[in-house]
Amino acid sequence: MDKLTIAGRSFASRLMVGTGKFASNELMAAALNASGSDIVTVALRRVDIDKPDDDLLAHIDRDRFLLLPNTSGARDAEEAVRLARLARAAGCEPWVKLEVTPDPYYLLPDPIETLKAAEILVKDGFTVLPYINADPVLAKHLQEVGTATVMPLGAPIGTNKGVRTRDSIAIIIEQAIVPVVVDAGLGAPSHAAEAMEMGADAVLVNTALAVTPDPARMAAAFAKGVEAGREAYLAGLGAIKDQAEASSPLTGFLRD
Amino acid sequence: MTFLNEFNQWTPERVQQLIDAAGPAQVEQALANEHLRLMDLAALLSPAAEGYLEQLAQRAHRLTQQRFGKTIQLYAPLYLSNLCCNSCLYCGFNADNQMERRTLSLDEVEAEARILHERGFRHIQLLTGEAPGAVENAYLAAAVQKIRPFFSSISIEVYPMDECGYAQMVAAGVDNLTVYQETYERSLYDELHPYGPKRDFDWRLNAAERGGSAGLRSIGIGALLGLSDWRKEGFYVGLHARYLAKHFWRSRINISFPRLRPADGGFKPLAPVSDAALVQLICVMRLLMPDSALVLSTRESASLRDHLLPLGITQISAGSSTSPGGYGQQAESSQQFAIDDDRDAEEICSMLRAQGYDPVFKDWDRAFLDNSNR
Repeated sequence: MDKLTIAGRSFASRLMVGTGKFASNELMAAALNASGSDIVTVALRRVDIDKPDDDLLAHIDRDRFLLLPNTSGARDAEEAVRLARLARAAGCEPWVKLEVTPDPYYLLPDPIETLKAAEILVKDGFTVLPYINADPVLAKHLQEVGTATVMPLGAPIGTNKGVRTRDSIAIIIEQAIVPVVVDAGLGAPSHAAEAMEMGADAVLVNTALAVTPDPARMAAAFAKGVEAGREAYLAGLGAIKDQAEASSPLTGFLRD
Repeated sequence: MTFLNEFNQWTPERVQQLIDAAGPAQVEQALANEHLRLMDLAALLSPAAEGYLEQLAQRAHRLTQQRFGKTIQLYAPLYLSNLCCNSCLYCGFNADNQMERRTLSLDEVEAEARILHERGFRHIQLLTGEAPGAVENAYLAAAVQKIRPFFSSISIEVYPMDECGYAQMVAAGVDNLTVYQETYERSLYDELHPYGPKRDFDWRLNAAERGGSAGLRSIGIGALLGLSDWRKEGFYVGLHARYLAKHFWRSRINISFPRLRPADGGFKPLAPVSDAALVQLICVMRLLMPDSALVLSTRESASLRDHLLPLGITQISAGSSTSPGGYGQQAESSQQFAIDDDRDAEEICSMLRAQGYDPVFKDWDRAFLDNSNR
């Protein structure tokens, strides 16, 4: 698979993996390994930064994976910025998955506060990967303030519903000047393949791996889905037509 | 409009009629709906739904795993004081009960906090009775500030405050409020609270809203199960939760299921709640509020807690003491109620892992609220 480049840094895998909801840290680690992923996102609220041997972090090979702290739980820009700075102060690289989700039910991102936080964090030297609703205009604004990606949701977090925002994501992909990572809602490898076939640069998956009885196997399946989708995109999918096109047209004789 | 206005429209008779009117067709319709309506809530709480308990449980289990994964958050209660000027007939802290009364000094609070921190807890719930003059907002705020270095999340379950009081708690570092209505049946509430400030039903009912207005990040509600008919109480809790979720959409609404336990005073449940009823109630609340934390305390037996976990529970207490100073070496003063599950945190973690859950001690960070540099 061709490499993914974000903010000048290359990654072999186009699958990013989240670390929440797993039954154990051992199952999480097995899933991370099987995913072939290079980028792993961790909710800062779950990490005991004051505790150097925090159990969650101890199960993530920091030499192998880029640890991408996320600000989930932040309700506004100020909180998200504070959390990102806290992670950096604790020794994390200045990369952050920006999540501003004031609605604790569907965890839908706040576009206004996300944009505010992104602007501050970019100026502060962070590589910012913002989680957003599939809003093409917001994606443009974020690019303009200097985010490294945009990460539109396929469906609300944890729903496993797939790429329900397909038409908007297609516009974002068409217009993007930074990598587009489809984040949230992907419940099956076929969903990941679909996003990649559309031209997404990467996908991020968590719940679909965490709640299955065999997370490692599912992670491997997602890796294959991502790879298949990317290959299909690069190869160029055949056009979808309403009518069948005979391989031996009935009017072909006119051109003989 | 406050919840009180909405609540007053739902008389116990009206709620009872809605529950009684539900038959299998209404239950099946409710089970088919992705989002529950109020009539669905009544149907699923009804006797007619008892024949669908397994379906309810399966759906509650699937929803919980989808929204929370295979994790259970642990917390510990820390009783600061058992002083109380109220006369709640069911409560061990009832002012009429003869018992050793004490309020922890701030140093004692810190000592208790250190013990719980060493046991791994990062989410703590502070509890008190209601004792104007001894346990006031300033004391609570000072206690919160004293223990902030030890915990990621600090919750309070204390007397109802006005909005300024809750704002003061938020400023001190509290992120979660729990306030049980005890019973939503007004006439019974009057009987059970003969004197004391807690007699004011409306003031208590609107406490959750005042907490929401003050910016508390999560708000826990519930009924004390065993006081009144659990089906009606369940309906009111659901009504309340839905109202709060709509009006304070930035805050998460948590629901607890405290069942009456033996306590000083010897109060006997007026409307006992069976294990099956508790299962039905928990499952229905999960269907109504898919993203709410559902909380189970050590009031329940170890065996029952183990079985209730997969049905929708997302937070449990562990290794609890319900008396001030109960974690330290000093002699325990009287407790609020007798706990049933006395397993310590380590044993609870082992049980959770054996059931395929990750015990989560930290799922919040005080940096969300903290303007200083920790």
